[in-house]
Amino acid sequence: MKPILSNFISAKIEPFVSENDEKSAAFVPSRKFHRKTEISDISVNGLDVYIQNQHILKNINLQIPDKQITCIIGPSGCGKSTLLKTFNRLLDTNEGVKITGQVLVDGEDIYSRHSDLTHIRRKMGLLSQRPCPLPMSIYENIAYGCRIHGIRNKKKLNAIVEYYLKAAGLWEEVKDRLHTPAVRMSIGQQQRLCLARGLAVEPQFILADEATSALDPISSKTIEELFVKLKEEYAIVLVTHTLRQALRIADYVIFMYMGEIIEAGPAQQVFKNPQQELTQKYLSGAFS
Amino acid sequence: MTEKYIASTSKWRIFKDRTAGGIMFSLTLLSIVLVILIGLGLYLKSIPILEEKSLWELLATGRWKPLKGEFGFLPFIMGTLWVTVIAILWTLPVSLLTAIFLTENAKSYVKKFVYPALDILAGLPSVVYGVWGMLVIVPFISDKLAPHFVEYSTGYTTLAGGIVLGIMILPLLISLFVEIFSSVPKELREASLSLGATQWQTTKRVVLRRTAPGILAAVILSISRALGETIAVLMVCGNIAKIPDSLFDGCYPLPALLANNYGEMLSLPLYESALMLAALILFVVVFLFNIISRIILYRIEKTFQ
Repeated sequence: MKPILSNFISAKIEPFVSENDEKSAAFVPSRKFHRKTEISDISVNGLDVYIQNQHILKNINLQIPDKQITCIIGPSGCGKSTLLKTFNRLLDTNEGVKITGQVLVDGEDIYSRHSDLTHIRRKMGLLSQRPCPLPMSIYENIAYGCRIHGIRNKKKLNAIVEYYLKAAGLWEEVKDRLHTPAVRMSIGQQQRLCLARGLAVEPQFILADEATSALDPISSKTIEELFVKLKEEYAIVLVTHTLRQALRIADYVIFMYMGEIIEAGPAQQVFKNPQQELTQKYLSGAFS
Repeated sequence: MTEKYIASTSKWRIFKDRTAGGIMFSLTLLSIVLVILIGLGLYLKSIPILEEKSLWELLATGRWKPLKGEFGFLPFIMGTLWVTVIAILWTLPVSLLTAIFLTENAKSYVKKFVYPALDILAGLPSVVYGVWGMLVIVPFISDKLAPHFVEYSTGYTTLAGGIVLGIMILPLLISLFVEIFSSVPKELREASLSLGATQWQTTKRVVLRRTAPGILAAVILSISRALGETIAVLMVCGNIAKIPDSLFDGCYPLPALLANNYGEMLSLPLYESALMLAALILFVVVFLFNIISRIILYRIEKTFQ
């Protein structure tokens, strides 16, 4: 098996403990645990969401392509983040939420009564607007998800932590202070830590909710570059309200307005040749 | 003319502003001065007995015979300690789990019923708890519980005191914990849930971990509250000036000593002074506990914000 992320991790992963010990050899993520199909797939059919009896999302139908960056754009309050949170069922932790319709992840309706919540959420790495490190050390932040899913082996945990910190381009910056509280990092580092933490439970999708809006320009650029690398392995859904960001990195674009999908299609097509009048207006900056 | 008018009104406004500020400042000062005055008063009143006997002798000996001039506070200190420890021991898990349920799991209609109920519990006069304890807890202990452990018990016991005291601090602890748990940002829970953690794993490993210092501070605060509870405990704990050997012995906490005896037999030499010393001990302990919990809370604010 070749390491899946090896093509952008330049440094070879060294054994963590001792070189003689074969068991501590380089960590290789195995995604066979929950990957039923080769292609990750979210498709939404006739989704309606009501919050406190307000119709927030109206008849949403869409497909999220695998191994691409899908950007959901639209003015604020149009339901982008709500839509994103229906994908990992975080929305229904709130009260007064009513959801009808289907969200199929790998062909499995996540809103069916038999669906396993923890399993669904594990498939979806969430990156929130503001980085939100758990109240523990840098090391423990990454190890947390693995521990929850039953990995106890110390050497394996060490290897996982190193692997994903490298994947998020954070290893060199923090390798000497792995056991210091994560809240002491800069906000850009915290966001990359959150990304690494999400990747460590081996998701198929990355859901990013305006993941760069709280960051400085350099940090957001780093995150964007990471997304571009990561799309080789993951389906990335990015909610953004900066149009320029979508222009830079989107492969597929969904434009939403007032809880409805106005237009969806490959980035080239939507940006160069929008079919709908609303999309044209939004792209030209008539409203935002 | 107008200029003069403006000048005079602005002077008047500034005067009002300064006076208001000054009055509010001195009123605020009053509460601090009160604390100092009470502490000082208690100290001055307890000087006679402190001159007569060493503090160590007073605190560490167990004989309480005012008529013979023997004042050993140990039974009262131990009584206070026992009752408080029992109360905290059983209320801590109960209030913690209740608060977790209320913040993490409960639907809003459940909260609508529970919060008013807690407010009522917190607002009841402590005499009511005392009466209830005498009518329910005391007979229960003497008839049902004690026969399994000891030969005879009146029911007016340390255990009864602890149970009643616990019920009194329960609403306080729950509302403190609810407030502490609600201060944990939603994003933190979502971060844990989105990694595939269950609700309970999230609570245990993230929420409790984050709030651990706050929980400690809340417990200390409620202990300092429990130390001072008087009437209800006095009514059910038996009031026997002896260090309790078991939960089914009576005990005599410090506040009960004061409430029962101050005003009587004050003609006895040193008796008043001894009671004042008891009050001073309570004052100092509550003062210290409050300061400790403030320091902890202050530290939390510094580390998390």
